[in-house]
Amino acid sequence: MIPKSSRAVSTALTPEAIAASIASAETAASEPVARYALGLGDDALVLAHRLGEWIANAPELEEDVALGNIGLDLLGHARSFLTYAGSAWGRSEDDLAYFRGESDYRNRQLFEQPSGDFAHTIARQLFASAYFDALYRALQRSTDPTLAAIAAKATKEVDYHLDHSVQWLLRLGLGTAESHRRMQRGVDAMWPFVGELFSPEPEADAGGALEGVAVDPESLRAAFDELVPRLITDAGLAVPTIPFAWGGGREGRHTEALGPMLAEMQVLARAHPGVTW
Amino acid sequence: MWELAATVVDPEVPVLTIEDLGVLRGVTFATASGSVTVEITPTYSGCPAVDAMRDDIVGVLHGNGYDDVSVKVVLSPAWTTDWLSDEGRTKLEQYGIAAPGPRRSDGTVSLGLGIRCPRCGSMHTRQLSRFGSTSCKALYVCQRCQEPFDYFKEH
Repeated sequence: MIPKSSRAVSTALTPEAIAASIASAETAASEPVARYALGLGDDALVLAHRLGEWIANAPELEEDVALGNIGLDLLGHARSFLTYAGSAWGRSEDDLAYFRGESDYRNRQLFEQPSGDFAHTIARQLFASAYFDALYRALQRSTDPTLAAIAAKATKEVDYHLDHSVQWLLRLGLGTAESHRRMQRGVDAMWPFVGELFSPEPEADAGGALEGVAVDPESLRAAFDELVPRLITDAGLAVPTIPFAWGGGREGRHTEALGPMLAEMQVLARAHPGVTW
Repeated sequence: MWELAATVVDPEVPVLTIEDLGVLRGVTFATASGSVTVEITPTYSGCPAVDAMRDDIVGVLHGNGYDDVSVKVVLSPAWTTDWLSDEGRTKLEQYGIAAPGPRRSDGTVSLGLGIRCPRCGSMHTRQLSRFGSTSCKALYVCQRCQEPFDYFKEH
């Protein structure tokens, strides 16, 4: 809550302010809904951080800006989801982002994969954006007004992100022999993590509490399968036949990439607890 | 009170007020308690300008004797460039930022219409980057007068 009758307004958009205002809902999320929102928030947060790694490192200035912009949108989604999740436990978005360890993170493993070279990042982003696009279109119809509002906002942004990935996929796939080779390598490296995107949400069994609230990931597979292999083929690349990895991100099982990423992301907040700017 | 809140400008596009931008959603005054509640909506989920706008709204209302001010950020209904006022569009053009056209409905092909150069009026322009200095803009260049310019992208 923004302090009433006080001139001491903090400069940050506080999680309390978002929590109080999202869909004008003054109620906290229920436990299963909070857990579901936590998973979605972690997906967006982890990928946002990965994209931030490109700032000042991208192959051209415009891509520094583009990947930074996409990351910023994702960070916005993460803040909304995590704030909503935290409302169930009395924890702020910053608590959840900075003071949970690797095994407490619930993101699916695709999003934590190292950025690799630019083509790896484009492949990761293509799969992520195609998945988010289908997810948020469906989540707009959630019976939970907060989740529906976040999704309605996110949908338009993700649509633009997808277009960015497709343009690069085509340009690199159909470009030089070297760009083609690297784009194929990127697609192959990220492909094993696609399967997990469509595995069930762990909270789906929670006594029907998420019925109508959450999107069944399996229901998103058809849209993904219709779009992504066709795009890969259009780019002159081979659709991988590599088997999918085991997954388990929603249960806190992660690849070795997440720990070092979190260490970098969290070090400042942990060295100076409560610090703001 | 709406008039006061409506004087706050977008920190990233300072020719536009938050009213022009369609970011200002509502102002309510509780007569009994004397508290003011202002509702704003972000243009993009991660838009950092929201913080500055909120502080500026609180500042201008405090400066006019309203001590009890709260600013709420609402997400629904989601902002689109259709919320930009006609006056806002004119101001953008005069400032050198090409204004967005009406939004496309969902089509299968992402195809933009030609963007007019805000300096010389030529339609002979080219996109330099789909992402610009802020979330809401893309970067273009005019092929006739050679000037690069910002385009407030349709959203």
